[in-house]
Amino acid sequence: MTLLTTVFAAIICTIIWYKNAPNSEMKVGILCWMYWGASLMWLVDAVFEYVELKAEYFTPAPVDMLNDFYLGLSVVALGLIIWLVILLIKDPKGVVKAALFKK
Amino acid sequence: MACFIVPVAEAVVTTVITKAVKSKDTKPEALKADTVSFSAKHKIPFSRKLKWLSNMLWGGSVLLAFEHVWHGEVVPWFPFLTAASDPAETSEMLFEMATVGVSMALIVTAVWGVMLLVTNAMEKKAIKAHPAQIKEGCI
Repeated sequence: MTLLTTVFAAIICTIIWYKNAPNSEMKVGILCWMYWGASLMWLVDAVFEYVELKAEYFTPAPVDMLNDFYLGLSVVALGLIIWLVILLIKDPKGVVKAALFKK
Repeated sequence: MACFIVPVAEAVVTTVITKAVKSKDTKPEALKADTVSFSAKHKIPFSRKLKWLSNMLWGGSVLLAFEHVWHGEVVPWFPFLTAASDPAETSEMLFEMATVGVSMALIVTAVWGVMLLVTNAMEKKAIKAHPAQIKEGCI
């Protein structure tokens, strides 16, 4: 469920990035790299788990599924927070600078 | 347990290499800014391509580390990894790092490798599409 949540986040971010490309003022690319990197890593984790559990891997207990989904949402939220911090620090539109040094 | 440490290690190495390559890439460009060739203009600098890999590795590792914190495998006190406090669990952790961790680093690098092949093909296509400019001496 965590893998699925992250993959969906990566796909949505990639669509948003493609829609706005080549304009990268919002730095959505950072989110794409982050979510795709995490998705690939969780894919490996899932493959190893599948090798261990076989078909049982696809029938998780509802409580485990809910917990994994909760983790997936938290991971997406953390990714968004990291992206927001980078966006505000890099400030490609100069909005933060303008607000701070406004007389 | 601590599989994310392997991609983190690769991310550190990649970041250092990216910085080194970037400083090499920018030096000659600054010297001959007016004579930048057509092919150079259409070629993505290798430092930028390396940044794709380091972004994927850092991003993935950070989110994976959060998962480990979530499951109580990483703690904010020494030795930071719960498996490191017990010798039996430590060997299990090292085995996991050698299998899952290395596989994670390899798959991210493999995907980046495929991306490199695709972008290289696209660059070649862009240069081939403008043979006139190349003959005119733009390069």
